[in-house]
Amino acid sequence: MAVELKHDPYNLIITGVGGQGNVLASRMLGSVLTSQGLWVTIGETFGASQRGGSVMSHLRLSQQGSWSPQIPSGQAHMVLALEPLEALRVLLKYGNPGSQAIVNDRPVLPYAAITGKAPYPDTGEMREQLAKLTARAWTIPATKTALELGAPIYANIIMLGALASLGELPMNRDDFERELTRSLGPAKVPRNLEAFDLGASMVAA
Amino acid sequence: MSNLDMTPGQRHTVMGNQAICRGALEAGVRVVAGYPGTPSSEIIENLARAADEYGLYVEWSVNEKVSLEVAAAGSLAGMRSLCAMKQNGVNVASDFLLHLAGSGVRAGMVLVHCDDPGALSSVNEGESRHFARMLELPQLEPGDFQEAKDMTKWAFELSEELGQVVMLRSVTRLSHASGGVVAGPLPQGEAKARFEHHGTLLDTNRGPVSSAPVSVKHARQQEKLARAVELFEQSPFNTYQGPEEPELLVITSSICQLYVKEALAMLDAAGRVGVLKLGTTWPLPPKLIQKNLQRCGRIMVVEEVIPFLEENLKILAAEMAAEVGPKEFLAKREGYIPSTGELNPDLVAEALARALDIQYQPRPAEYAALAQAAAPSTDSPRELAFCPGCPHRASFWSLKNALALDGRDGFICGDIGCYAMGARPSNYGILKTLHAMGSGTGLASGFGQLGRFGMDQPVMAVSGDSTFYHAVIPALINAVHQRSPMSLVVLDNSGTAMTGFQPHPGTQNNAMGQPVPPVDLEAVCRTLGAEVTVCDPFDLEATREAALKMLADQSKAKVLILRQLCALSPERKGKKLYDVQVDPDKCLGGQCGCNRFCTRAFGCPGLTWERETGRASIDEVICAGCGVCASVCPAGAITKTERG
Ligand code: SF4
Ligand code: SF4
Repeated sequence: MAVELKHDPYNLIITGVGGQGNVLASRMLGSVLTSQGLWVTIGETFGASQRGGSVMSHLRLSQQGSWSPQIPSGQAHMVLALEPLEALRVLLKYGNPGSQAIVNDRPVLPYAAITGKAPYPDTGEMREQLAKLTARAWTIPATKTALELGAPIYANIIMLGALASLGELPMNRDDFERELTRSLGPAKVPRNLEAFDLGASMVAA
Repeated sequence: MSNLDMTPGQRHTVMGNQAICRGALEAGVRVVAGYPGTPSSEIIENLARAADEYGLYVEWSVNEKVSLEVAAAGSLAGMRSLCAMKQNGVNVASDFLLHLAGSGVRAGMVLVHCDDPGALSSVNEGESRHFARMLELPQLEPGDFQEAKDMTKWAFELSEELGQVVMLRSVTRLSHASGGVVAGPLPQGEAKARFEHHGTLLDTNRGPVSSAPVSVKHARQQEKLARAVELFEQSPFNTYQGPEEPELLVITSSICQLYVKEALAMLDAAGRVGVLKLGTTWPLPPKLIQKNLQRCGRIMVVEEVIPFLEENLKILAAEMAAEVGPKEFLAKREGYIPSTGELNPDLVAEALARALDIQYQPRPAEYAALAQAAAPSTDSPRELAFCPGCPHRASFWSLKNALALDGRDGFICGDIGCYAMGARPSNYGILKTLHAMGSGTGLASGFGQLGRFGMDQPVMAVSGDSTFYHAVIPALINAVHQRSPMSLVVLDNSGTAMTGFQPHPGTQNNAMGQPVPPVDLEAVCRTLGAEVTVCDPFDLEATREAALKMLADQSKAKVLILRQLCALSPERKGKKLYDVQVDPDKCLGGQCGCNRFCTRAFGCPGLTWERETGRASIDEVICAGCGVCASVCPAGAITKTERG
């Protein structure tokens, strides 16, 4: 079983806002990587997660066994963020000079911003900070593209497509196709694969 | 296919709760009951889905005490049974549990109780391990996903061997996390239930079952505990790892053992520290403890919230002082481990670094400074708010307005469920008390009596539909019978929404999906003697008027049922009732007297405020199309058109 990991455990964080479906994304990714023979540990925050709060999934990938479902601070290798402010929030705590990030560019306004109590940070400024806090970062229009495909939920698959194409982790399009068929049924595969490919093309070097 | 189907011998990545279910199936469980509560709910859910395939009986009971009684009946009739609940549930069930501990059980019976350190989805961080000590029951704590499965299976065998119910404790970070589990084989064979009850009272296998005669049964109960200790001394779930004579001995249990492993890796200190991981945490096996205490003089106990292990270990250390010598403890009472909130690898690393005098920096100082500098832009917190299209926002909006119009400084006593978020400032801060299931109604029943002492504020209670059946009914009976002038508002969204739509006695289907007679909420209230009004909370005006009328009537207890489907219910989710638009010509935004009324005051996340145009707009992606905001805008700028 010779899957190479750049770090062991390899620490990946998927972050977003309740309702964006990042739990689904972490499950699918976990399942693909388990089928590669890796030990996958996933920590999730549930409960109030459907109701507009920040939601994070921690994925630990290892050849050795289960790790803590909570990643220690400063130890994220990869951040997959469905929302830009959440990307920044995660990096502040879990980032390090080697961290990489793929970020969906569409903001979801916090309640305080909706009610006018606190402003949502300036997107340009956030981009700059993102660049400073990562070794490499990609900002992609995942939600916009997902809406063009027919539903905002495709943003998850677009993000996973982007991740897969970086070659950081042992997974490819075929593994994903198999997982999509297994978890969503064959009917939904073509549209999701399209999303996956679009994601991949967005981070092409 | 249920998601408990796993290939034996193969590794699967599953949730802790699924691992527990799989362990129960491998043990041949037949009868399963519980009441929903995060983080325990998926246990019953998964088993309910598997009921047909594996020949189980599974139910969501009306409350935890009843669920324990249902599971106990299974055990007494020879069926292995499982009961699951969150920490609060053990309080509810404890009345019966004390008696069950005295009477004992027959076929293996396991109570899975899930604590929530850090209160990630609770309004308390209660510690249910204490029930094991208080009620004199054996307690197991799995330390990872594989153990969650393996220990559950073993718990049934243990229960049968002891004739005693076994408590198995999980925590949120195990129940809701996922990890690798190698599945085992499933048993074959049919089961036949029969309750033997013709023997004598002292005949454990054939007599009637009771905790009396107490002197005999209580002594037997303690013999069972003594037998449990013998078994725990040999248990493979208690492990030691590290040098024979370490500088520091860490004693830990549950998911905390993974934090310890992680922290030792972070500090590169595994060669200096020994780790005793305990899977059997009550009663503690003294020989095993003695052997390990002898390893060194400094002991760190790593566990969450209340110092349960710590105190029990200290008692043993004192008793064994002659053999093990004096010990220095580095734990909660010594300020090494926090006494509230959940632990994580960082907190454990901090404690270990202090004990071992290690300097630890998770990342370069330069990077930390950069992060520090970026911090202010993430200041905007994500307050929890009701979902877009949530009926509770509409209900609370109307109740808030009714209370204001009534003008006597009335208030609402809250309860547990999604609507508990009504206590937060982001949801009008409208709930003024918040405790256990049903307590809002009980408290309101009491407040209502205080008019005789000059209290002139009217009082309301809110409860969800599931909570109504669980614990509100007795409180409502009380309010009606004592003629307390309170109003109970039942926020009926047709499901146990908070925990994921488990059925309850008001719904048409049971846990296994079979049709069952729903218990009519409205009829129950009427039968109890309450005056009942039913309203659609999306009709803001009618709701406000109904609430006002209730507040005005100070002669008796009344019930207002606000009925509207939860926005996330399978029937409603993703289906917009209306297309909603903001007319940019009519929306005066910051300019008019409303001062952005819709976003500032009503605050549905589907509405946003556009700084550039100075107008409200609807966020297509988020709006659920309930149409309520159309009746909120004072300028009539929000319009709705029904969808085909
Ligand atoms: S889950 Fe349902 S009841 Fe709970 S906040 Fe959302 S819409 Fe409201
Ligand atoms: S219609 Fe209005 S109140 Fe309803 S979800 Fe959309 S924005 Fe919110």
